[in-house]
Amino acid sequence: MLSCLISPTSGDALLLGDSIVSNPYAVKEKINVSPQETAVAPNLTIMENLILIAEIYGNDKKTARIKANEMISAFGLAEVERDMAKTLSGGMQRRLSIAMALISDPKILFLDEPTLGLDVLARRELWTAIEKLKGKITIILTTHYMEEAEALSDRIGIMSNGDLKAVGTAAELIAKTDAKNFEDAFVILASEGVVQ
Amino acid sequence: MKSMIFASRNSKELLRDPLNLAFSIGFPLAVLFLFHIIGTNVPESIFVIDSMAPGVAVFGLSFISLFSGTLISKDRTSSFLMRLFTTPLKASDYIVGYILPLLPMAIAQSAVCFIVSFFLGLEISMNVLLALVVLIPAAVLFIGIGLLVGSILNDKQVGGLCGALLTNLSAWLSGAWFDLSLIGGAFEQVAYLLPFAHAVDAARAAISGDYASIFPHLWWVIGYAVVILVVAIVIFRKKMHSDKV
Repeated sequence: MLSCLISPTSGDALLLGDSIVSNPYAVKEKINVSPQETAVAPNLTIMENLILIAEIYGNDKKTARIKANEMISAFGLAEVERDMAKTLSGGMQRRLSIAMALISDPKILFLDEPTLGLDVLARRELWTAIEKLKGKITIILTTHYMEEAEALSDRIGIMSNGDLKAVGTAAELIAKTDAKNFEDAFVILASEGVVQ
Repeated sequence: MKSMIFASRNSKELLRDPLNLAFSIGFPLAVLFLFHIIGTNVPESIFVIDSMAPGVAVFGLSFISLFSGTLISKDRTSSFLMRLFTTPLKASDYIVGYILPLLPMAIAQSAVCFIVSFFLGLEISMNVLLALVVLIPAAVLFIGIGLLVGSILNDKQVGGLCGALLTNLSAWLSGAWFDLSLIGGAFEQVAYLLPFAHAVDAARAAISGDYASIFPHLWWVIGYAVVILVVAIVIFRKKMHSDKV
């Protein structure tokens, strides 16, 4: 809903002052999304995928290429920049997907389960990349991995059955539930529906 | 302008898939050569190149639905389209972006069919250029079918529907492979309620220089093309705002 994919049945939300209901295209200019699936153009090269997204966000060809090169460098994709996206490993595709989400210089970045299906090494690499972004842009990350939420997030919102059950830091949520660790705190909050 | 950026991406996706080229160019040409060989042994008017080439051209266009449908369907199921729906692209950018690259592909495909037909005896004349123009509504119709099925079905279903059913419908019910009047009756009536036979007859009329006979048939094709395209656009736009892309 916040990424303007679906409209709310009622109410509204403002993202950096723009309404998702009355001005979704202004919102879309400020955000970018890396979906749960890698969502890359399979028969385009890594470079072409990045340029495509940069141009869609209004960059001219020259600027798009400069930004694509920056992303390729930042995400360690230089060796495969001329390869078609469909030939990349799952971890590399995920990196490309996040690079595509960042190339538009979003003020708010949505990462939907960014490490789903990745092995431990690829997951840690991605964590490092996400941690580097902290402090520069707002990141809204959805995950089913509690250790990921705890390691990466400044604030955690726990959702269950479409309801926001609690919001706080990992330490605050653990303290609130008298749990031994964050996973236990999540189970208590999600299953018992403790509302903050 | 953004629609052109998206169209460029779609062109690359389509042209870099070798199966697309094999089916769009190779398969119709194989059918053309096969019919030519049959025609040298069986003196049927349907196998005369003037009659055969337009029929095979329309049959070849049916593969355009398969390509466009598969591309759109894969974009949906891989979440690539969902990613794009969060960008500043507008509905018109998607529709133009999907349709635009396919039109020159369809015209090129028909042109290749006619050029090869020259070597099999088709007379080189301006009527062939006219036939290419007459086939444009049929191309739009098949592109519209692809947009429609790609918006609602997954790529395997698109393969079944467009790759098997539609190509067979456009072959058997178009009069491309045999004279529909040979069967006659309800079969012929049904065939002429659909646009495929009209597309073939319009192109044949253009090739033969019987200009007066083009438009009665072409209206059928244009009518179907407009209706299918409008329905496809409405459904695609609805999908854009649906929670199930």
